[in-house]
Amino acid sequence: MTPQATAPHRVARLGNVGLSYGRTRALDAVTLDMPAGCMMGLIGPDGVGKSSLLSLIAGARAMQEGHVEVLGGDMARSAHRHAVYPRIAYMPQGLGRNLYPTLSVLDNIDFFGRLFGHERQERERRIAELLESTGLAPFADRPVAALSGGMKQKLGLCCALIHDPDLLILDEPTTGVDPLARRQFWQLIERIRARREGMSVIVATAYMEEAARFDWLVAMDGGRILASGTPNKLLRHTDTSNLDAAFIALLPAEKRAEHHQVVIPPRPADMDGEVAIEAEHLSRRFGDFKAVDDVSFRIARGEIFGFVGSNGCGKTTTMKMLTGLLEASGGQASLFGRKIDPRDIAVRRRVGYMSQGFSLYSELTVRQNLELHARLFGMSAADIAARVEEEARQFALVGHMDALPGALPLGIRQRLSLAVATIHAPDILILDEPTSGVDPVARDGFWRILVDLSRRRGVTIFVSTHFMNEAERCDRISLMHAGKVLVTDTPVAIVAGRNADTLEAAFVDYLEEAAPVEGATESVPEAPPSQEESPHPHGRVFDLRRMFAYTRRETLELLRDPIRATLATIGSLILMVVIGYGINMDVENLSFAVLDQDDTAISRDYGLQLSGSRFFTERPPLAGHADMDRRMESGEISLALEIPPGFGRDLARGRPVAVGAWIDGAMPMRAETARGYVEGMHMAWLAQKARETYGKDAARGDFQLEVRYRYNPDVRSLDAMVPAVIPMLLLMIPSMLAVLSVVREKELGSIVNFYVTPVTRLEFLIGKQIPYVAVAMMNFVLMMAFAIIVFDVPFTGSFATLSAAAFLYVIVATAMGLVLSTFLNSQIAAIFATALVTMLPASQYSGLIDPVTSLQGFGAFIGRIYPTTHFITIARGTFSKALGLADLASAFTPLLIAIPVLVGLGVLFLRKQAR
Amino acid sequence: MRAANILHLGMKELRGLGRDPVLLLLIVHAFTLAIYTASKAMPETLNRAPIAIVDEDRSAVSARIASAFYPPYFLAPSLISQQEMDSRMDAGLDTFALDIPPGFQRDLLAGRAPTLQLNIDATRMSQAFTGGGYVQAIVSGEVDEFLAGHRQQTVLPVSLDLRARFNPELDKGWFGAISDVITSITMLSIVLTGAALIREREHGTIEHLLVMPVTAFEIMVSKLWSMGIVVLAAAAFSLIFVVEGLLAVPLNGSLTLFLAGAALDIFAMTCLGIFLATVAGSMPQFGLLLMMVLMPLQLLSGGVTPRESMPDAIQLIMLAAPNTHFVMLAQAVLFRGAGLDVVWPQLVAMLVIGASFFAFSLGRFRVFLR
Repeated sequence: MTPQATAPHRVARLGNVGLSYGRTRALDAVTLDMPAGCMMGLIGPDGVGKSSLLSLIAGARAMQEGHVEVLGGDMARSAHRHAVYPRIAYMPQGLGRNLYPTLSVLDNIDFFGRLFGHERQERERRIAELLESTGLAPFADRPVAALSGGMKQKLGLCCALIHDPDLLILDEPTTGVDPLARRQFWQLIERIRARREGMSVIVATAYMEEAARFDWLVAMDGGRILASGTPNKLLRHTDTSNLDAAFIALLPAEKRAEHHQVVIPPRPADMDGEVAIEAEHLSRRFGDFKAVDDVSFRIARGEIFGFVGSNGCGKTTTMKMLTGLLEASGGQASLFGRKIDPRDIAVRRRVGYMSQGFSLYSELTVRQNLELHARLFGMSAADIAARVEEEARQFALVGHMDALPGALPLGIRQRLSLAVATIHAPDILILDEPTSGVDPVARDGFWRILVDLSRRRGVTIFVSTHFMNEAERCDRISLMHAGKVLVTDTPVAIVAGRNADTLEAAFVDYLEEAAPVEGATESVPEAPPSQEESPHPHGRVFDLRRMFAYTRRETLELLRDPIRATLATIGSLILMVVIGYGINMDVENLSFAVLDQDDTAISRDYGLQLSGSRFFTERPPLAGHADMDRRMESGEISLALEIPPGFGRDLARGRPVAVGAWIDGAMPMRAETARGYVEGMHMAWLAQKARETYGKDAARGDFQLEVRYRYNPDVRSLDAMVPAVIPMLLLMIPSMLAVLSVVREKELGSIVNFYVTPVTRLEFLIGKQIPYVAVAMMNFVLMMAFAIIVFDVPFTGSFATLSAAAFLYVIVATAMGLVLSTFLNSQIAAIFATALVTMLPASQYSGLIDPVTSLQGFGAFIGRIYPTTHFITIARGTFSKALGLADLASAFTPLLIAIPVLVGLGVLFLRKQAR
Repeated sequence: MRAANILHLGMKELRGLGRDPVLLLLIVHAFTLAIYTASKAMPETLNRAPIAIVDEDRSAVSARIASAFYPPYFLAPSLISQQEMDSRMDAGLDTFALDIPPGFQRDLLAGRAPTLQLNIDATRMSQAFTGGGYVQAIVSGEVDEFLAGHRQQTVLPVSLDLRARFNPELDKGWFGAISDVITSITMLSIVLTGAALIREREHGTIEHLLVMPVTAFEIMVSKLWSMGIVVLAAAAFSLIFVVEGLLAVPLNGSLTLFLAGAALDIFAMTCLGIFLATVAGSMPQFGLLLMMVLMPLQLLSGGVTPRESMPDAIQLIMLAAPNTHFVMLAQAVLFRGAGLDVVWPQLVAMLVIGASFFAFSLGRFRVFLR
């Protein structure tokens, strides 16, 4: 399999490499030698293992089986990886997937420059040069999210090239980019290669016409290498004239057998009359941005109409307006002469829509997906079974009916999507890039079905595509750019109209005419990059610059996300108000009623004792026991007093009598307090009566108990709660933000920058932690100000001590979040896990309501080691007890211990490679 | 036809949930382990309260007093010196410190009514309030016994026969278990529907539904019933097997009535979940929003502290929250054994709130789908 075994030196060697994701085998026994200093292409459809192979070579993914040697060392060794990170640049798949969409172009490149430890001057020089040479300089301040696909890819390249790599790895860099931008991209790569001789480039691509220009190719399928060699060699070997055909010829026999040429019969003449889809001056604005600008076209019944253009040029928006998913801002569209009204359910029965990307339910099996959609279209149960079988046969899904879509190859999934879109036999099919990332064989199979639907059943098909050979199959095509249709005609007429050789050349011609700004790349500064070696301080274990690169980026992201930033700052304040007022231990206005069976002056006097107190509110007297039961059950009264018959008489005679009191025990805390009050009242009443009966002497008891409520003499709930609520909030929100900061990167894919750059785990974690510690401290100051000024909570101790403790505590809180983040991969799981880990222990086990010493069992154990416990001690000490550092030193110790332990755990569990 | 759509879409939601181990785990945890541990850990109001005694008298009566404090209400008292008292209270080691002055027994016997000093750490609200009374009662009891026979009766023979109804031992775990079930109901109703909607949008499947003859109403209702039924079933299970079974909390009232209330609460809360999901742009924003909404709902509903003691404005605002009424209903039904004749106002309130939440969320949901 290694035809160039004699090549003088190689950039990478793979020996028997295997990789599995669960039960899916991504790579199987791949053995390959990659020559250095040339442009290599990995060709093959999506899901054959190209990306996995590249991520192994880049060191982004951990090895499972076999041996990978890159730039002269074993990639399984972390020391070697660390040494070669600065020599490798890796651009993962997906438009700008490793970029930060809310940051500007400049911020993005700057971040990568910092990661590689460039000095400020050096960085600025390199950035200026890269921006100039890629034509991005005029857009330096534009957020990445607002860039076109082509510009994103150029920016990705800038970020990859900032550190002068020896090996450049590009994973499908031009997928979803318009032909002009694609051409410019490859010109740029050519110029860079011309300047940096000896640089090796490995590219994965699904475009065979691009691959034809590479020096050396590897064809892959099903996790295996089909063939490798120069393009000419592959063509000779397979005896074909183009790479598409060569690739098909290289496929195993059984796959090849599925393939037949797509033959498009001419459209029957009788169909021309009826107009299926019509758009007149259709426009759509999002704010200031014109996504679709005055688009008009007319599609006849049974026609296959193609839409071609780059990502973000308005194709999808136009299609959504036609399906009624989006309302037009201007103009109108109609289907079969009926104006599109999103509220008109009947139209939807005539339209089948396949959205970009896979949008079926991955949690349902193929059969369940088909059945669900059939049901939603109101087919009867009897018809459904037959229809599902028919669709399964037509779309060759029979063998996969009980599989989950996620486990199927993309080509089959797309067939399923189409099957779902046609389950109700619609008259119009609107397909948004249905074949993106699908292999040539599957693509051709897909098109045969489309042709069949159009020609035999008269279905009108409106399809968008990136592939020129697919565009050529359409009856007519429109080229879109920046929301406008540049031309609409038959493919042959378009080529002829521009005197071009191919459809692609004709399009590039149109695009160059339409988009002079993005074409500004032609002015290439000839100044070669300075040859002074960049400092590359990658050997260092801890580098402040790399760490601050993450801090700076995280801060910028937080600032650019106003919702997250506001929630992070104002959120804790709102919660403090809620809790401050909500957790109120003062029991007031307890409702009570008296069942007075005596009804004498003295029995009424007993009742008056209670009603005169601010703690009790009297309700109408009870009529009897049944009334008491009913009113206590409904919760109308919390306390019922029963004064027995003959109370006054017995009392006067000195006979023992008992007053009955029933407290509603449903809420024990309130009941306890009420009990205390009632007992107190009873005693007071007795003392008063005793005075009246026995004279003055009796007023003195045996002894007196002098109760001093310390630290909070007024026994105000707020004064007691606020110092404990601040610690709880300082834990929950910062730890949640910290967890999300890491897990978000994992979910969105930018974590790959951490995998393939020299940043160490400690730098990454601390760099991410710093901004959230700052946010938390800001929260702390805000809450303190609010507590003291608005809640009027007295602060008696040392503010410096509390601030120092708060600082340590928020470090602990964010570190807890970071440790959690190492285990979690999805943001939703992160939110739940953080809430579980923080909310319960902080509110129940940390002394907020019940002191830790009074807890039992597991809760008591958690309470003792939980950081909130200790910070509550410090907060109460400084707020209410007038204490300082010396008095509270013992509460600082656990916090000081927790920091290195948690950060250490974070470093230990954080993975530097994907698995 | 419409009902069929709602049914099929709801079945789809259930299947989806069935394949999400994280959410399933969360549901199981929230209704079993979380309730069990929280209830077990929750002490009675005065449980193992730390007390210290400064015995400057060292007499028979002071020894008697010191020996009267024992678990479960109090921890065995630490006997400390006067000097230690302040620093121990500062460090939060003791909630109570009782100072028995020198000559206490002598003065007591001489009828000079000596004064004991009880210091209470008032930053610990829960123990401070109730504990003072207990300490006083215990000390009085000991002193009375000590003095028994020595002195003449000067107190009126009126006793107070005080009983707590519905929860005679005032076991906080009972109430805690129910309010935890309610918290779990609230949380999961919001989370399951909200997360389901956001996930569906992030995966682009919601768009797919919209090109089919399905209305926003049908999509929303399908999510409400499917997720609601899961939460309701889990709550019923939890109540029967965890609360009544494992935790042995006696439930007096009608479980059916409670579940009817739960269903209405879930209805309103799932609508809220949809609403929050339409407001939040992404999962992280949903998470933060969730915290902002869950905490007030839980803390201010009356499930944790009595409503009567909150400021009037908050009491009034919280009447708009369905779980405020649900907490009232749960207490009345499960502890006080109240019937429909008693709790119908709560049911009506929840129905009204749920219906208005539904109308409002549906409006938001329609805009969200644009």
